[in-house]
Amino acid sequence: MIVLTILAGVAGLLAAAWAFRAIGRAAAGGRPRFRDMSFGEAFGWVFAAAALAFGVWLYLQEGAVFFRWAVQGFVIFSVAAWVFRTLGRHVGTEATRKLFRQMPLTAAFGILVILIYAVVAIFAGVIAPYGQEQVLANANVVAGGNPALGGDPAFPLGTDQIGRDILSRLIYGAQNTVGIAFATTCLAFALGGTFGFLAATLGGWLDQVLSRFVDVLMAIPSLIFALLLMTIASVWANQLGVPLTVFMVVIIAVIDSTRVYRLARAVAGNIVVMDYIEAAKLRGEGLGYLIFKEILPNATAPLLAEFGLRFCFVFLTIASLSFLGVGIQPPAADWGTMVRDLAQFINYAQFAPQAAITPLLAAGAIALLTVAVNFVVDWMLFRSSGLKE
Amino acid sequence: MGSVGKIILQRLALGLLTLLVVSIVIFTAVNMLPGDFAEAILGQGATPEAVAAIRRDLGLDQNPVMRYFDWLGGVLRGDLGTSFAQLNFQANMGATSLQTVASQIAPRFSNTMFLAGVTAAIAVPVSLALGILAALYRNSAFDKGANIFTLSSISSPEFFLAYVLILFLAVLNPILPSLSNIYEGMGFAERLERTLLPALTLTLVVTAHMMRMTRAAIIQLLASPYIEMARLKGISPMRVIVRHALPNALAPIVNVIALNLAYLITGVVVVEVVFVYPGIGQLFVDAVKIRDIPMVQACCLIFATAYILLNLTADILSIVSNPRLRHPK
Amino acid sequence: MTDKSHRDRLLRVCDLHLEGRSDEEWIPIVKGVSFDLHKGEVLGLIGESGAGKSTVGLAAMGFTRDGVRIAGGSVEFDGVDLVNASADVKRNLLGKRIAYVAQSAAASFNPAHKIIDQHTEAPVQHGVEGRADSEADAMELYARLRLPNPEEIGFRYPHQVSGGQLQRAMTAMAMSCRPDLIIFDEPTTALDVTTQIEVLAAIRKIVEDFDTAAIYITHDLAVVAQMADRIKVLLKGEEVEEADTRTMLSSPQQDYTKSLWAVRSFERPAKPAPAVDAVPVISVNGITAAYGTVEVLHDVSFDIHAGRTVAVVGESGSGKSTAARCITGLLPPVSGQIELEGVPLPADYRQRSRDQLRQVQMIYQMADTALNPRKTIGEIIGRPVQFYGRMKGKGKRARVEELLDAIEMPPAQYIDRLPSELSGGQKQRVGIARALAADPKFIICDEVTSALDQLVAEGILRLLARLQDELGLSYMFITHDLATVRAIADEVVVMKDGRVVEQGGKRDMFQPPHHPYTDLLLSSVPEMDPDWLTDLLAERGVDNIGDAAVDKM
Repeated sequence: MIVLTILAGVAGLLAAAWAFRAIGRAAAGGRPRFRDMSFGEAFGWVFAAAALAFGVWLYLQEGAVFFRWAVQGFVIFSVAAWVFRTLGRHVGTEATRKLFRQMPLTAAFGILVILIYAVVAIFAGVIAPYGQEQVLANANVVAGGNPALGGDPAFPLGTDQIGRDILSRLIYGAQNTVGIAFATTCLAFALGGTFGFLAATLGGWLDQVLSRFVDVLMAIPSLIFALLLMTIASVWANQLGVPLTVFMVVIIAVIDSTRVYRLARAVAGNIVVMDYIEAAKLRGEGLGYLIFKEILPNATAPLLAEFGLRFCFVFLTIASLSFLGVGIQPPAADWGTMVRDLAQFINYAQFAPQAAITPLLAAGAIALLTVAVNFVVDWMLFRSSGLKE
Repeated sequence: MGSVGKIILQRLALGLLTLLVVSIVIFTAVNMLPGDFAEAILGQGATPEAVAAIRRDLGLDQNPVMRYFDWLGGVLRGDLGTSFAQLNFQANMGATSLQTVASQIAPRFSNTMFLAGVTAAIAVPVSLALGILAALYRNSAFDKGANIFTLSSISSPEFFLAYVLILFLAVLNPILPSLSNIYEGMGFAERLERTLLPALTLTLVVTAHMMRMTRAAIIQLLASPYIEMARLKGISPMRVIVRHALPNALAPIVNVIALNLAYLITGVVVVEVVFVYPGIGQLFVDAVKIRDIPMVQACCLIFATAYILLNLTADILSIVSNPRLRHPK
Repeated sequence: MTDKSHRDRLLRVCDLHLEGRSDEEWIPIVKGVSFDLHKGEVLGLIGESGAGKSTVGLAAMGFTRDGVRIAGGSVEFDGVDLVNASADVKRNLLGKRIAYVAQSAAASFNPAHKIIDQHTEAPVQHGVEGRADSEADAMELYARLRLPNPEEIGFRYPHQVSGGQLQRAMTAMAMSCRPDLIIFDEPTTALDVTTQIEVLAAIRKIVEDFDTAAIYITHDLAVVAQMADRIKVLLKGEEVEEADTRTMLSSPQQDYTKSLWAVRSFERPAKPAPAVDAVPVISVNGITAAYGTVEVLHDVSFDIHAGRTVAVVGESGSGKSTAARCITGLLPPVSGQIELEGVPLPADYRQRSRDQLRQVQMIYQMADTALNPRKTIGEIIGRPVQFYGRMKGKGKRARVEELLDAIEMPPAQYIDRLPSELSGGQKQRVGIARALAADPKFIICDEVTSALDQLVAEGILRLLARLQDELGLSYMFITHDLATVRAIADEVVVMKDGRVVEQGGKRDMFQPPHHPYTDLLLSSVPEMDPDWLTDLLAERGVDNIGDAAVDKM
């Protein structure tokens, strides 16, 4: 039955597309817009119109609370990004203004979100109404702040099972989760970048040994390898009294540095074959001059883009580990752990939509930052590839 | 044909070597445990018998090289050892029958393969079709929309997508079950229904990756001079795609599929935990939490093997589908 | 080459404007080009890189690449308006009545299909003839184009056939429907001279045989002189002038065209031979070198004396660049020795002293990759000044300014610029200044002019000649272009397959008797005489030119 409905819908759309193109041709005469339009393009237009109509219909439905929130959120962010970009086009130096003029809306959105996260993470202690480990009187207060529905205006997002303010923990989560991920990425870059550059510049046996070693490490899926090493680290952490989080930072940095190594080696490898490097070598320059003065300045753009991508990857790995219960350890507030702890609230979505929103907020906070970074990186890569041509 | 055969044999040998080295890495990692970890793992309530059994099982008194070959020999015979959880259980409860790691993994392995299979069956055709469309209509509204959608999807953690799907498809509109309660002897339709939600979650992530890679591969292909030549010969657009682009697209597309199936391996772990899907990923996470070393070791080896084999397949298929190598000078 | 302008008009391009997209803007790349083409007529389109000649060629087929659009004007082929025609109408003409031969045959054949399958595709798809007929026709065309084994060669895959043969197979493919018009887009640019001549002869023959009209696009005047009935000169997207070939060669009207013609007239006066007992600046003694286990140089010896230029010529793969790598020490030879003013140099550059490194400098072919894009011109030239001369601050700055003056680039204007802000010729000058900054005795010039347009190249050659006279430098000039040799060399070393075939003074080298290979190499270089190819073919016969002749040696 469902299959039949879908088939009928598709057939209807196909017919509508054919009619749309035929009418367009008749109305527009010989103009190329419709004359050279392929059937696929016509179908695309009709399909988009149908999807838009469905979206509007759904938005007007009584029960579609979450859909409405999603649409509203999307609109708010789009407008904010647009305002931010417009602001950037008129404020600042000529260089930044030019940058903002060429920027697509997605990249402006990304930069705006990253800025907000940075501010929240740095000033978490000032912004958050309560402490991250502070246990308050009421446990399991529902989000929304409406006493009639079991909320409390003092805790706009409610409290968790042991009575900690969820809003404060979300804000501190920015500091913990993002901060740790950032530190891990920096460490991974220091390791992978150094060895990658050395391997590319010196070549020979050092390159061979390092590259084969990295090949082996990369043959194990990274999350799996991280879980294996975390198991072993958890035993050591207990014995040495060092927090498991420290082990986690080192383990993920080492695993991730293999990817950085590959890229740094490839980027440096492309630069090393340039004639200006040969000229510097033949001049008799030392290794330090070659790496820092000749190679590094030309490698910053791809490495910066890779830093963004690596950060996303590290951030998601840490969130996944925490979600699985072996990452950042309680009582520190962390988004991955929060999702796991609050997950069962989702099941109340039908009766109390505002209660179900809290686990999604924590997970969404993770997604939003990675989306933002990815948008910016995507733009950077597009720009650097465009400049080459 | 001779040279292709030789290259493939080389790749196979290299794959085997990688597997061997990876097994050494995994074994060495486990051997970095502190000497008295048995007590640490079993905690305060450990019986001396259990501790002794673990020590015996891991052969801590032997030299590491011997131990490695013993373990490897066992793995090759299908003997992955006995899980600590089971040992502890036996020691405390006096149970007589012991489940080996292999017998615990076997049914879950097939469950995971089922999940991966369902995901691939949905994701591969959808993402190839979307990727090719995005490449053909590049820089159109469709392409830009798809770019935003796939970037968002790649950026989201698996559990976020999973909970969003649960919210919409299980809680608000109870179409599919939110927990994947799978057991042996279940009918295929019912099994499929309960697998669908985790499979959809994985599909979202994998499709995004696969679609972007397909798009990039096709765009690169369409920019090649021989496609322009075909157009300048007055060949119809359909024929340009089918006859000139597709034979050359085979290698990159096959590569994309294999790489993404390899990517599924990591995704499966988190998704299985969210949906309480009784697969090998969940078993692995549980073992990690209770530090069940033989189980962790075995699961890790299985995941790594699958990953290496898929990458190897990608490698070999792209060699086989390269006309320059198939028809040597 | 008879006058064909009285025949029916086939193609009329009128005030054609083309635009290309960069970032979000459309900028004009062709600004009003018009020409007529009559049945059976060959029009040569020439111009430097960036003149827009390929874009015009494609637009004449009603085709634009991604990011290019027709902004104005008309293209009319046999009564059909190609600018406004529907996709179906254009598709019916392309391949059938208008065909295209691309620059790189290796990239333009689909690697997944046999050559003959690609050949028969257009005739079968356009309904011109059946597959079997088309295959038989292909073999006949291959035979006409003098491809070896015409019965068999079509059943190979493109990568199994050499570049020159593939280019002829592509010409055959363009002929498959017997089109009225063929666009040749630099068909011989990527080929060695000895291969080029065969392809040129084949193309010219087949175009004449079938009375096909053609647009022949190239940057090489001498080549176009052999091929075209009329020549049109483009500069930066604008028309310069148009005339029939003989008129154009004998009496060009515009200054730009005249200067193009003049390039080939630059020639330095011969220097007296060096004293018999003079110690050469660089002496290469019996060098044998290998990449891994593959030997690429066999017992190579030659001397370079003070203040003189030795040109090392040969085709790609002849080992001329490898010899340079041995001299600089990047590739230590297996046996043999390099001497600098009679003193043996260590084989590996890492073992050489700073002063030995200073004496041997190098200028590269691709100025783009030879200058660090992140450093200013002042930094690039200043580094060797500081490194070898141990100068800093004001002394260094003064020396850099002096060097910039020497390469005719005003210091105040250029010292703080980045390489990306310079033109190709200016970058090459900076490369020269960097070599001079070390105050060397000997400079290796590796194809320094081959990536440059002819006018710019001439400027570089004149600069190098002046510097040599002023500073008493010795040059090793690696090139494949005999016009460059004639312009600047004192002595010539001819290399083939890693061996020195012949060496001697320039005057001796350009006069017979020669080694047969030198003879072939010299005779294969097109000259600015429209009858050159005809005369050559008459003199030698089609079997004694190009690769066929090399194979006989």
